[in-house]
Amino acid sequence: MHRPIAAFALLLLSANSAAEFFGNVALEAQHFSERAQFDDQFDDNLTLSFKPKWDGEWNDGNDLWSFELFLRADDRDGGREHADIREALWLHVDGDSEWRVGINTMFWGVTESQHLVDVINQIDQVEGIDGEDKLGQPMLHLKRYQDWGVVDLLVLPGFRERTFQEKQGRLRTPLVVDTDQAEYESSDEDRHVDYALRFSQTWGDLDLGASWFKGTSRDPLLLPGFDDSGNPVLIPFYQQMTQLGVDAQLIAADWIWRLEFIRREAESNDYSAYTAGFEYTFYGIMASAVDLGMLVEYSADDRPEGEAGAFDNDVFLGARFAFNDAQSSEILAGFVVDSDNRSRTFRVEGNRRFGASWKGTLELQTFSNIDADDVLAAFEKDDFVLLEMAYYF
Amino acid sequence: MFNIKSLIVLTCIALPMTAFAQSPEEKGLEVAMAAKAYDKGFTDFTANMVMTLKNKSGQTSKRLIRIRTLEVEGDGDKSLSIFDEPADVKGTKMLTYSHGLEPDDQWLYLPALKKVKRISSRNKSGPFMGSTYAFEDLGSQEVEKYTYKYLREEPCGELTCYVIERYPAYKFSGYTRQVAWIDTEGYRLVRAEFYDRKKSLLKTLTSSNFQQYLGHYWRPGQMDMVNHQNGKSTLLEWTDYRFKTGLGDGDFRSQTLKRIK
Repeated sequence: MHRPIAAFALLLLSANSAAEFFGNVALEAQHFSERAQFDDQFDDNLTLSFKPKWDGEWNDGNDLWSFELFLRADDRDGGREHADIREALWLHVDGDSEWRVGINTMFWGVTESQHLVDVINQIDQVEGIDGEDKLGQPMLHLKRYQDWGVVDLLVLPGFRERTFQEKQGRLRTPLVVDTDQAEYESSDEDRHVDYALRFSQTWGDLDLGASWFKGTSRDPLLLPGFDDSGNPVLIPFYQQMTQLGVDAQLIAADWIWRLEFIRREAESNDYSAYTAGFEYTFYGIMASAVDLGMLVEYSADDRPEGEAGAFDNDVFLGARFAFNDAQSSEILAGFVVDSDNRSRTFRVEGNRRFGASWKGTLELQTFSNIDADDVLAAFEKDDFVLLEMAYYF
Repeated sequence: MFNIKSLIVLTCIALPMTAFAQSPEEKGLEVAMAAKAYDKGFTDFTANMVMTLKNKSGQTSKRLIRIRTLEVEGDGDKSLSIFDEPADVKGTKMLTYSHGLEPDDQWLYLPALKKVKRISSRNKSGPFMGSTYAFEDLGSQEVEKYTYKYLREEPCGELTCYVIERYPAYKFSGYTRQVAWIDTEGYRLVRAEFYDRKKSLLKTLTSSNFQQYLGHYWRPGQMDMVNHQNGKSTLLEWTDYRFKTGLGDGDFRSQTLKRIK
């Protein structure tokens, strides 16, 4: 009678003995250099984020669990003040199969300037417009390793709405997005079950991936409407969609070639988009340890201007400096130009370690010559500089 | 007609002749092949590494890295490095499939993005984690990666060493040559000198505290790499060596990088 209890306690104890706790706390100061375009938007902001993670394993490493939280406290922008479970996962390894049950965050794709193929997780947009911060997604995920490639099968119950800035926030749409009124094409709303399938394989220097997704689009249409007090707002509308994606990367000595292509079908429109380009690296420039990578990527989207995303006919030029020093210093500078209307965005991000536990990041972003019809028109006055100091434990 | 005496006489004549016929290049290659053959059959090993970087003014910084290596029959080893410290890189993992003269395959898992990124292994001469070790110093040592020249045999501490020169045969090396002191019994790399592209002495590696595992395989407890040109040095302290732990191909897949602890 006591044996199962003892066994369970032993299991917990053994799982617990392997548990680890780590993460970071970061203080972020942001300054917008130009007068805000819209009423009530702030010019300066100071926010605090906390990203703790716990994980552990048992059963000889064949069972793993992880729990990762993200929290941000933001006095001025209620939209940015949020908490999210990035991971709450049980992973079971059974030979060439891996089962994942719970909430997880994953990354698909290869290109640097935008992430077309990466469709599983919703973007945590208030954390950045580059789409690299994402919300945890509930899932049942089976990964199978075969001789002919790796297959991922995902069942995604439950949908995460995109995060948006509130009225005081910068880098927002002219009308505030009223997330409380979010609408769905499916009558199942945010309980619609989505499915995804991915195949990936490596042949020598070539990596190839092909994916399929059917379910609720992570990108909402923003439709005009009114809030409770009768003010005009934008209402997110989440359509059903089917997306086919292909991603490829080829390494050839100093060159890395990358491609992402998607075909998306939804009720509002069907369209294709791609990002393609290369990274060429100069190793040890000027007899130093510094590597300089030059990035060029072109993005096209066959929707009409206005409906298309920010990368509809755009060229991305980037330079990545890796200093290869004891502080792991890096600088990434990128320039995006719209070939149709010459709208330009420039972004430079540098970071380095201080001591054993601190990391500092400096970010600068400018929007210039933005065309009134470009989706970036709302950010025209949102040039900013951001300084973050993070403590890792 | 043959008697034992004439056989001995014949052998005595033949042996020095073969030795004479062997060029320093052939003898150098023979030492390298014997060293590789001696280490063959380790199957796999895991170990912990503390890397202490020291700059000219004596300031230090530390990295903790766990290493897992799988021997691959007929090709270079597969190896996995798991970074535990500094804290901001915790959870970063690097997977390498090394291949003699062909470029290695290399992947990096970036925990902040939760992304596995295939990277170019072209950067052989670049510093590893800001240390005085270049990527090529830490890679799998395959015989075909160099051409060799035997120099001499001489005492090296309590051991006797072959002193051989080796010249990188792979592309993009930062060295024109290396001089290696390899002991005659257990083929331990006791000391190595690295000469840069301008042929000047760049670095010296000194390995010590060797221990024998499974009654055969020698591994150093300490490796100190001193850069003579910029005054920096990096000390590697190895602990918890374990051999034949049962690792297999499945533990060295790019797509498992995210989950490996």
